[in-house]
Amino acid sequence: MLFLDHIYLIPLLPAFGAAFMFFFGRKLTKQTVSAVCVGVVVLAFLFACGAVLQYNVWAGANNHQPFQKIVYTWLGTDTGHLNFFKQDGSAANFQIDAGFLLDPLSAIWLLFVTGVGMLIHIYSIGYMAHEGGYYRFFGYLNLFMFSMLTLILANNYALMFVGWEGVGLCSYLLIGFYFHRKSASDAANKAFIVNRIGDAGFILGMFFIAWLMGSLRYVDVNAAARSGHFQIGDPLITAATLLLFVGACGKSAQLPLYVWLPDAMEGPTPVSALIHAATMVTAGVYMVARSNALFVLAPTSMKTVAIVGALTAIFAASIGLVQNDIKRVLAYSTVSQLGYMFLALGVGAFAAGVFHVFTHAFFKALLFLGAGSVIHAMSGEQDMRNMGDLRNRIPTTYWTMFIATLAIAGIPPFAGFFSKDEILWQSWATESVAYHLLWYIGYATAFMTAFYMFRLIYLTFWSKPRMSHDVEHHIHESPASMTMPLVVLAVMSLFAGFLGFPQSLARLVGIHGETNRFEAYLAPVFAKEAPVFAKEEPGQLAAGTKEEEKSSGTEYLLMFLSVGAAAFGWYMAGRSYREADKGYVEPINALSPPVYNTLLNKYYVDEGYDYVFTGRRKLGGVRLGAMGLGEASSWFDANVVDGAVNASGWLTRVVASLSSWWDKWIIDGVGVNGPAILARMLSYPARLLEWGLVQWYALVMTAGLVGFVFYYVYH
Amino acid sequence: MQNHILSIILFTPLVGAILLLFVPKENKDAIRWIANIFALAGFLISLPLVPLFWEKVKSGDPAPFKFIEGTANNWIPSIGAGYVLGIDGISFLLIMLTTLLGWVSILSSWTAIENRVKEYYVWFLILQTGMLGVFMALDFFLFFVFWEAMLVPMYLLIGIWGGPRKLYAAIKFFLYTLAGSVLMLLGILFLYFHHHSVTQVYTFSLEAFYKTAPQIYTDYGPYAATLLFLSFFFAFAIKVPMFPFHTWLPDAHVEAPTAGSVILAGVLLKMGTYGFIRFSLPFFPDVLHNGSTRFWVMVLSVIAIIYGALVSLMQKDMKKLVAYSSVSHLGFCTLGIFALSPMGLSGSVLQQINHGISTGALFLIVGILYERRHTREISEYGGISNVMPIYATITMIMFLSSMGLPLLNGFVGEFTILGGTFLQKDIAGHPGWFWTAWAVPGVVLAAAYLLWLYQRVFFGTVTNPKNEKLHDLTPREVATFVPLLIMAFWIGLYPKPFFEILKQPVNNLVATVNRETPKAETTASVTGGTTAPSECAGCGLSAMPSPTAVKPATASATHPATHTAPTATTPAKGKN
Amino acid sequence: MHAMTDISTLHYLVLGAALFLLGVIGVLTRRNVVIVLMSIELILNAVNLNLVAFSRYWQSIHGPSALHGQVFAIFVITDAAAEAAVGLGILIAFFRNKETVNVDEVNLLKW
Repeated sequence: MLFLDHIYLIPLLPAFGAAFMFFFGRKLTKQTVSAVCVGVVVLAFLFACGAVLQYNVWAGANNHQPFQKIVYTWLGTDTGHLNFFKQDGSAANFQIDAGFLLDPLSAIWLLFVTGVGMLIHIYSIGYMAHEGGYYRFFGYLNLFMFSMLTLILANNYALMFVGWEGVGLCSYLLIGFYFHRKSASDAANKAFIVNRIGDAGFILGMFFIAWLMGSLRYVDVNAAARSGHFQIGDPLITAATLLLFVGACGKSAQLPLYVWLPDAMEGPTPVSALIHAATMVTAGVYMVARSNALFVLAPTSMKTVAIVGALTAIFAASIGLVQNDIKRVLAYSTVSQLGYMFLALGVGAFAAGVFHVFTHAFFKALLFLGAGSVIHAMSGEQDMRNMGDLRNRIPTTYWTMFIATLAIAGIPPFAGFFSKDEILWQSWATESVAYHLLWYIGYATAFMTAFYMFRLIYLTFWSKPRMSHDVEHHIHESPASMTMPLVVLAVMSLFAGFLGFPQSLARLVGIHGETNRFEAYLAPVFAKEAPVFAKEEPGQLAAGTKEEEKSSGTEYLLMFLSVGAAAFGWYMAGRSYREADKGYVEPINALSPPVYNTLLNKYYVDEGYDYVFTGRRKLGGVRLGAMGLGEASSWFDANVVDGAVNASGWLTRVVASLSSWWDKWIIDGVGVNGPAILARMLSYPARLLEWGLVQWYALVMTAGLVGFVFYYVYH
Repeated sequence: MQNHILSIILFTPLVGAILLLFVPKENKDAIRWIANIFALAGFLISLPLVPLFWEKVKSGDPAPFKFIEGTANNWIPSIGAGYVLGIDGISFLLIMLTTLLGWVSILSSWTAIENRVKEYYVWFLILQTGMLGVFMALDFFLFFVFWEAMLVPMYLLIGIWGGPRKLYAAIKFFLYTLAGSVLMLLGILFLYFHHHSVTQVYTFSLEAFYKTAPQIYTDYGPYAATLLFLSFFFAFAIKVPMFPFHTWLPDAHVEAPTAGSVILAGVLLKMGTYGFIRFSLPFFPDVLHNGSTRFWVMVLSVIAIIYGALVSLMQKDMKKLVAYSSVSHLGFCTLGIFALSPMGLSGSVLQQINHGISTGALFLIVGILYERRHTREISEYGGISNVMPIYATITMIMFLSSMGLPLLNGFVGEFTILGGTFLQKDIAGHPGWFWTAWAVPGVVLAAAYLLWLYQRVFFGTVTNPKNEKLHDLTPREVATFVPLLIMAFWIGLYPKPFFEILKQPVNNLVATVNRETPKAETTASVTGGTTAPSECAGCGLSAMPSPTAVKPATASATHPATHTAPTATTPAKGKN
Repeated sequence: MHAMTDISTLHYLVLGAALFLLGVIGVLTRRNVVIVLMSIELILNAVNLNLVAFSRYWQSIHGPSALHGQVFAIFVITDAAAEAAVGLGILIAFFRNKETVNVDEVNLLKW
């Protein structure tokens, strides 16, 4: 039990690296920095592998319980005094552990986060070799690993929130890594603040859970949710889950809070790969999957999740069709794929959603790292209009990216095919026909995905070279520290899908028994929802698993259709861009310029937000949004509130002046000085006698004396 | 030694001030050394209080106030004023904050103050004693003396060593606060005479008032009790400051010297919230539970949170921005207090400490730039990270702490307050989540105004040539931040000791204010919270008797209409 | 009868009166304060002469122990010294301010 008992070391190892960089990083050489920071992540990965292996053994003997390790009480006291009444009137105690939990769900995240994280750390050694702030970059990356692992391994929502905000902070720091650029710091702020909006929802959702369940520990919450105590469709649970989903929308870049993710590409490319593609942005999916016991009690929330997911998928994919920045295409692709994941969660196919997270982590990290390698080769150029014909000059990058593209487009047998197909099938298989609309949206998105991904491949690696001569001269394949992770990820993109080999296909090739090992592994986390679904009346949402037996035929058809869509997208992209030369024409622009411009400008959403919510742009001379409110409040404060204070001061002074006048002229003037003036006038004649000469006085005295003497002598 | 530890802590700064009077004023460095030594001594002398207090917490000492010094009426027996000191968990934390911030801010003034150095340090040390006295006094007369006494040094600190509009700001601060104090004085006198009419004893003892003050509601009716509540409320609300009594704060902060701002934000504002906790809640439980008073207080708190944040967003002066952010943060504190739940109160006290640490640090941060460039206009800066990296790092940590990032101190307070408010079933006729939902946007806006400020000051390239030669922090300046950083991380990572310290006073308070508390029936706690009731049921009674315990006395005292009370019943009430 | 050769009390009184008159005239007519002070001394000494003369006369009637007048004269001498000291002190202070010792220029104290 060495690994499980010390599971807290998994997040603490990278935290140690980050702290080390914080205190000593400035004085260290790049080699030392790399050794420490990559070393701790490698250790964390090995530790995580050990922990998961141990857990699998432990769980087999313990009825597939989650493993919990509580280190200390974080908020509150051990005896507890933060008491409150639950919603049902019973008393409960608010107490948040610094505790860790390992179950199949967190095990999967743990493995791919540490694994992909480790590869990206290695990749960064090469990518960042010539950059300033090397130690800072690796310190932030380690801090990110700490936060992400805390998020994954927490045993309660509040500690998950710690990681949740922590990854947001690291995302902020890393997007703003090139802080000299205004665009980078703008993007960093945007990411943090938009995430904070989601976090506000998360906080409220969390309190709803505490109010309803009396605890924030997953085990307690799940036990309470599954106890049958709550009605399906309970409005309070619906509120709680919707608020949690607001948090997920922020972190996982769903409508309407997705706006920060494309801008986040201002960060260094390894960051985009690690944080904004493979790991952090899937935290929302993790959170919803983690709360599956709650979500299944709230059909409205499930519908919302599914609809938001589907809409985000097609919305982002459509923007991705026309973007020219290689990283932006991938960013919108990420948003779109995250939409797929939420679609899966929303239709109750939690395992399918998680599976897509898992495969997506590999191929999207690979795509970003490949894009980084391309940018590296192109001396920093990111605009695909200035690329072309790179396949023979950087072959490793080309081949690995090509594999990733096949994977994301859903071409069998690459990883993305299995996961995406599972999602599409599950969304079709939900019983309500209205849900078929979601399948159509997903299907259209699949086509778009294939199109924009192959557009990227053709514009970058095929077609005619369009770069300047200088740049062309410098093109070179990246160093081994960068290509090695690419190769590893390519292998994973190729084979990871087989972990979730669909049952139906397996039967087709004559294999019986459990082939979808992924779903089976997750069963202890999700399978318990089955009774809840069973209780629900038909027509509500439902997990598709139970239809599998009877409708294999449909499944084959859908599978065939989606592969067809991918192939068609590939073909269309090839037709349009295979021979693209300087000044090539975008097919959408040729078809309809207004549509093209709308897509190119991302539906003008950023501008709209600036007008309405942030107030950075004025609408007809009037500033709205937060800044508008801020200006209005400042005016109100300076003029009304403080004005009232100053006015009362002014009033006091006016009254005081009047009093002073009255005092000076009436009380003092008439009452006091009046008699004085009278006395003075009367005394005037007496004053005439006073010369001030001493001798005169003496003479008068003498004369008077003589006078008296004579008077008394002769009288 | 132990018997007089509070007095020793209280008067150490004053001794320093008196000693400074004998140093020639030309000898500036000697004055600085002496002042710093005494400020540090004040902090170090308060440190033994930590293990001593902790021991009492651990042993479950049932006395509500610990380290009590002096007895009632021992100072001016003819009017019943006493020199009585004593602390509970709440005042203990605030005292530690005061001694720490006092030291930090005196250390930070070393180069900032160049003229009239002697007077500056003398007044600062006197201020320190005044503030400590407010948190220690267990006698209303003594409390009021300290409360007023600490106004004068602060007035002079702003008025002499302040910025260009210092006189306006100083007079505004003084008069505004004084106006509130006068109302409070009326309230105190009312309590004083009411206590006499009930018990035939003239005293200003706080513990005596705890017994009689809640009866005012039945003796004089809701209207009089509400007016009395308001007389205290205005004094404290001005001090906090709550919307709309806050406008003295930005002026005072902008004009005050850095150390003055640190103390002003870090400690002086806490006197208002401390007053609410120490006086308003236990004196007027009925006013809070009936009528709309509490509703309006909650509304003002919520307005302060959002409004303060919105106004901060648009400030052009860094110090003003931080000042308005204080309004927002203190809004959280009052929200937690008037939620009247154990969580809300614990969170509120913790948030007061956090605000002292983070906002104190923010003022130091602004002061450091001001000392170098003599301007606080945000537009004058940009790209400071390039020239002052250590400074930028510390600033980032403190900004994050201020905006409530988990694992730093701000989060613990904010989260507990929001939780305490949310989980309170009914606050002034609305469910707790209603209030929390209104307060939560403040969290988002806090990130917006702080990060935007950070971007404008620290990010980008140095565009203003005057900023190119700025030197990074000196070791002395780093030393001022180190204790604050340590505290920020400590509270963020391991706040349990703080919750332990607050457990007893908060539970007592909630038991006094609320007729019913959750702990009375802790049974089916999902997380397994236990043992709380047995520990504190007794101490609640002995200290601030819950209203039900006083009720019989109230009833008998009400009918004889205070004057004709039969003397036979009086002694019995006195013992109660 | 040796009345012609004996100096009688009357002689002293006449001399005292003459001195007194001189003093008064000096006080009333001289401008210099120093001389005014000296004239005051003359007046006092005239009084002293009278006191001593009457004392001697008194002794001839009541015996040698009747010394009241002489004791009184010693008091007056002491008093004269004090008065001169204070007067001259004021005069010096005055001179420092006004650069004069003429009494007719000291006329500030009026109305």
